[in-house]
Amino acid sequence: MKFSDLGNDLYTGKRSIPVVPKRRTFYIVSLVLMAIAVAGLGINKLNLGLEFSGGSEFRVTGTSVPADYESMAREALGAADDSQGVRVSKLGTGTVRVQTERLDAAESAEVQGQLAETFSVPVGQVSATFIGPSWGDSVTRQALRALVIFLLLVAAVLAIYFRNWKMAAAALIALAHDLVITVGIYSFSNFEVSPATMIGFLTVLGYSIYDTVVVFDKVRENTNEAFANGRMSFAKAANLAVNQTLVRSINTTAIGILPILAVLVVGALFLGPGTLLDLALVLFIGILVGAYSSIFLATPLLVSLRRKDAAVVELDKRAARSEAKRAKERAAAPVGVGATQGGGVALAEADGHAANESVDSVPRATDEESATITGRQVHKYAQSGPRNQPKRAPKSRRK
Amino acid sequence: MAQMSHATFARRALAGMAVLTIALMGLLFGANQFSNGSYAPKLGLDLEGGTQIILQPRLTGDKTVSPEQISQARDIIVQRVDAGGVAGAEVTTQGGRNIVVSMPGTPDKSTEDAIQRSSQLQFRPVLAIAAGSPQPEPSASPSSSASPSPSGSAVPAPSASPSASAPVASPAPSSSTNNSAVPGAFAAEPSPSASPSAPASPAASPSASPSPSASGGATGAKDPLSLDQITPELTAAFTALDCSKEGALEDLVDDDTKPLVTCDADGAAKYILGPVVVSGDKISDASAGYQVGQNGQQTSTVEIQLNLNGEGAKQYADISRKMVPLQQPQNQLAATLDSRVIVAPTFNEAIPNGKASITGGFGIEEARDLAQQLKFGALPISFDLQTRDQISPTLGSEQLRYGLWAGLVGLLLVTIYSLLQYRVLGFVTIASILAAGVLTYLAITILGWSHNYRLDMAGVTGLIVAIGFTADSFIVYFERIRDELREGRSLESAVATGWDRAKRTILIADGVNFLAAIVLYVLASSSVRGFAFTLGLTTLLDILIVFLFTHPLVTLLARRKFFRGGHPMSGLDPDKLGAVKKTSYAGRGRFTTNPPRVAGGEGSAS
Repeated sequence: MKFSDLGNDLYTGKRSIPVVPKRRTFYIVSLVLMAIAVAGLGINKLNLGLEFSGGSEFRVTGTSVPADYESMAREALGAADDSQGVRVSKLGTGTVRVQTERLDAAESAEVQGQLAETFSVPVGQVSATFIGPSWGDSVTRQALRALVIFLLLVAAVLAIYFRNWKMAAAALIALAHDLVITVGIYSFSNFEVSPATMIGFLTVLGYSIYDTVVVFDKVRENTNEAFANGRMSFAKAANLAVNQTLVRSINTTAIGILPILAVLVVGALFLGPGTLLDLALVLFIGILVGAYSSIFLATPLLVSLRRKDAAVVELDKRAARSEAKRAKERAAAPVGVGATQGGGVALAEADGHAANESVDSVPRATDEESATITGRQVHKYAQSGPRNQPKRAPKSRRK
Repeated sequence: MAQMSHATFARRALAGMAVLTIALMGLLFGANQFSNGSYAPKLGLDLEGGTQIILQPRLTGDKTVSPEQISQARDIIVQRVDAGGVAGAEVTTQGGRNIVVSMPGTPDKSTEDAIQRSSQLQFRPVLAIAAGSPQPEPSASPSSSASPSPSGSAVPAPSASPSASAPVASPAPSSSTNNSAVPGAFAAEPSPSASPSAPASPAASPSASPSPSASGGATGAKDPLSLDQITPELTAAFTALDCSKEGALEDLVDDDTKPLVTCDADGAAKYILGPVVVSGDKISDASAGYQVGQNGQQTSTVEIQLNLNGEGAKQYADISRKMVPLQQPQNQLAATLDSRVIVAPTFNEAIPNGKASITGGFGIEEARDLAQQLKFGALPISFDLQTRDQISPTLGSEQLRYGLWAGLVGLLLVTIYSLLQYRVLGFVTIASILAAGVLTYLAITILGWSHNYRLDMAGVTGLIVAIGFTADSFIVYFERIRDELREGRSLESAVATGWDRAKRTILIADGVNFLAAIVLYVLASSSVRGFAFTLGLTTLLDILIVFLFTHPLVTLLARRKFFRGGHPMSGLDPDKLGAVKKTSYAGRGRFTTNPPRVAGGEGSAS
């Protein structure tokens, strides 16, 4: 039951991962990862498939098309697996179509010869042409335009929903971080980028923004509460939010990644490189990076961005005051009858000061066991104030 | 009482869910029984293969195609293919001149036509009309039109008005005349238009033309309305043209700036048309629908409404203003599609706002196709079908099989994980994922039937990832409930408050995804569009499942003793969750702690 204990401790703040206080470390980690990814893109250009750049196409006509035409054609081209960007398909009943990346005239002639030999047809029956890209510039342009418009809209929606544009900015930075790293790792693996891969990138994008929004919603809740009662600094409230959603993040990532992992393992063991494996890889990395950024990057970024905001600075001051007051009270509070530090049995010395404090620091009734002199269980509110009545703070002290 | 209504609400929601599922099943069953639906989802090009069509540009004479024309044509064809549903077709160029369209399944004739057709819409003024095929009557009449006869014998207008109440088809008595072939009107209003003249009238009408056309301000030589353009060669061609013959227009050369001799769509009339006054690329939008009559009711006349852009609207306004005072048939403006006249109505008034409407002899389906094509623009060149082949899947069948196996294994892992994490509550997760799976299956199968939605490999992986999205909504929800339990609430109230908070999170997170889906679907093309569709669908289903299935189920379960009592296996045990023990007043001077392990009384007893 360690995991659930962890969840409980994270929730109450008893145990806490210093995500926000240690944010510089995470920034550095992210920056290094991104630098590596960008460098990877520079050194190792993305291996774009023939859907993007066009290629050469060969048609073998007049063959009886044996059942294993696909592997035959691949062998003829010396491309054993799918990652080299060779597409083989059957047209009608008597034609095999082979598409490769763009070849020059000499290579073309060579491939023509090999294909003719493999399928035992005269060379004249193997035609060669160039094909244009099916995912051409116009598709890319449209997709990019759509993406930019989407990001602007998302920024607007998030800014309105969270009533703060910095949250939207932090979410978008985290998103860019995820995409850069995913694409970078793709360039390192040197897998061919096909339209399916592009779809994979888009899926990662959707997942990343989803994950960040879920965490931010908790941050919003906690910080709003902090702004209302002034008991916690902005950074602390945000850190608590991250910790409180940590169990959710872990569970979600696990459940999201398990099916992908299955696809990845099955793909690697039984299929070898191919669309399925490519997609699984890009999603696997993307979801992991997305989970990382939503926990360790987005919220710290938000805190950094808002550090200088007037409201946040003011809140931090209030929180510091409140903290100091509580510390003072803790020191002043006598060790009551079986009482834990929180509520303190202030019955005996119900002087105004202590009583105010205990109302202010609305005690989590961790001390339900505490009893009065009569031995009867009494509600914590009834333990403070004269005649065991709840007491309100004087008007000047109220918020 | 409030809890009672919660439960009632939950039961209703579950019932609604059941009704929805059954309705979808019924729809699927109906689609299979009475239409061409299938019980399995349709698969995409990479998984199932399909048909490959190679289009070759039709080049007359020594014309050549430029790469720009080909890529422009490719873009337009992509749009047209996309308009036919979410099929995930692939459009490429080949050898720098052919266009290769690969689409899953077997496209029917109309789909093929819609892709191939150049859809060049033009507006040209009518100079002369005659019956489509030679008739015993003096069909040479247009020849006389060149010679301006002095008299103002433009009688046709009065003779037309009494008989011409129906805009759709012209009066029966004149069936042998050419005008019966002109079926529609520019419908600013259902005008008493196109049935006016006797066969001889075209000859008479030109007489009035010189004066009004001069008033248009255009120079005489360039005026598209001028009858001076009818040269003897044109007349000869016009006389010789027999629209009833197959291939009468085969060697038609369509030049925008010159008059054109052509037939109408069904070959019943032939025309001499002036140069293009408004070309099809000025159309900014086109839609098809039933015409709305004067009293606001829909009539059975199908019309295509065109919105022209600024320049087009101006040209259209100019030409309509000029034409109104003209005589028959010169006040007719012909709309030609691929050089054939589809409709040549008369103007009753000038139309300044650039909204044209074409009514004609087409059915609603045809009109919709046409409107789509007009909207995306005309192909810069005409294409002929070169070859048409079956094409095998580019991905081996084992990719899909292993993909599905992997998905199942993944689902199993998810099951184990959620049972470990959430104990019995994990079954709710699994039931929800299964419900989502059933709904997704139904939805994609039905969409395959209605919108030609096809699953390709990326789509399959997308659905596998969607398991994660869907599960996350439950996790957010369950974690919220646990948080509320930790705060010391009773289970039922924890479910209610937890739901209120989780609802917001789920809605905004899913809302962002749905926004992505809509933007990408509307603005992107090809496979990105397919992705957007899948994303939108799964997001919508996710919301549906959480609201109508998971939450009601949890609400009902929370009333069971097993969960309410915080059984250690329920996954909602307050002790295990380290719940804050809260004391509340239980009446009669007693307090209870929460959870009520020893109900009441404990305080006063000690």
